[in-house]
Amino acid sequence: MSPFLFWIFALLTLIFGAAVVINRNPVASALSLVVSFLGLAALFMSLNAYFIGIIQVLVYAGAVMVLFLFIIMLLDLRAEEGRQINWLATAGGLAVVLILLGQIFSVVSHFAIAHKRFPPLPGSTIDDVRNVGAALFGNYNLPFQIVGLLVLVATIGVVLLSKRQPR
Amino acid sequence: MITLGDYLIVSGILFVIGFAGVILRRNLIIILMALELMLNAANLSLVAFSRFRVGLDGLPDYNVQVFVFFIITVAAAEVAVGLAILVALYRTRQTTDVNDISSLKF
Repeated sequence: MSPFLFWIFALLTLIFGAAVVINRNPVASALSLVVSFLGLAALFMSLNAYFIGIIQVLVYAGAVMVLFLFIIMLLDLRAEEGRQINWLATAGGLAVVLILLGQIFSVVSHFAIAHKRFPPLPGSTIDDVRNVGAALFGNYNLPFQIVGLLVLVATIGVVLLSKRQPR
Repeated sequence: MITLGDYLIVSGILFVIGFAGVILRRNLIIILMALELMLNAANLSLVAFSRFRVGLDGLPDYNVQVFVFFIITVAAAEVAVGLAILVALYRTRQTTDVNDISSLKF
């Protein structure tokens, strides 16, 4: 992928990711999150991880965000009206965030292999889905089954949680 | 040219944005969305390392991509359970603000 496209999609992901946190209206936040996830899917595809990119669009931009929007509209959440801001807590939170950001920058800049380019792949196309599938159903078959069980347990748990409890 | 460090920086900034959302916002739905951002930042750096670590057969490291697949699955389950808890909470307290949910038992 050309550097130009990389920076376009990276900026798209970061700007709309920041919009999720900054927006006061939950619906606007959720829609910004969709755009951020689409930019991230493009970044995955630029790393030749086509399967992960498709899964990102289907699961996150599709299913998870529909769930978020559905809940926001079910609960009829409005934009928060001017609650007084606790300036001391906000300043403390921002300080922690900026320290973490500085640490990440310093670690990455002192990381020797971070300045290397990606090694080239042999062909222009690779059988991405086939290779991920072979790893998933071969080496990682047991974890795959366990994750299936986890999703089943989560489904039953969600149904039980959303049932109206008898008083 | 794009290096591994560029992807790691983008992933780090995305993680910090999610972290800021978790500790600065007071709305539970926004906090859940910011958690998703942090999980996705971790996924981005994992996939970048997978592409960087090309094996002897000239292919990216697919073990990492399987790991990312598991993270996405678990995150989807986590969102479903989290939103169900949110709905149950809203039914009893009519709020999604974490400042109003400060008692252990009600």
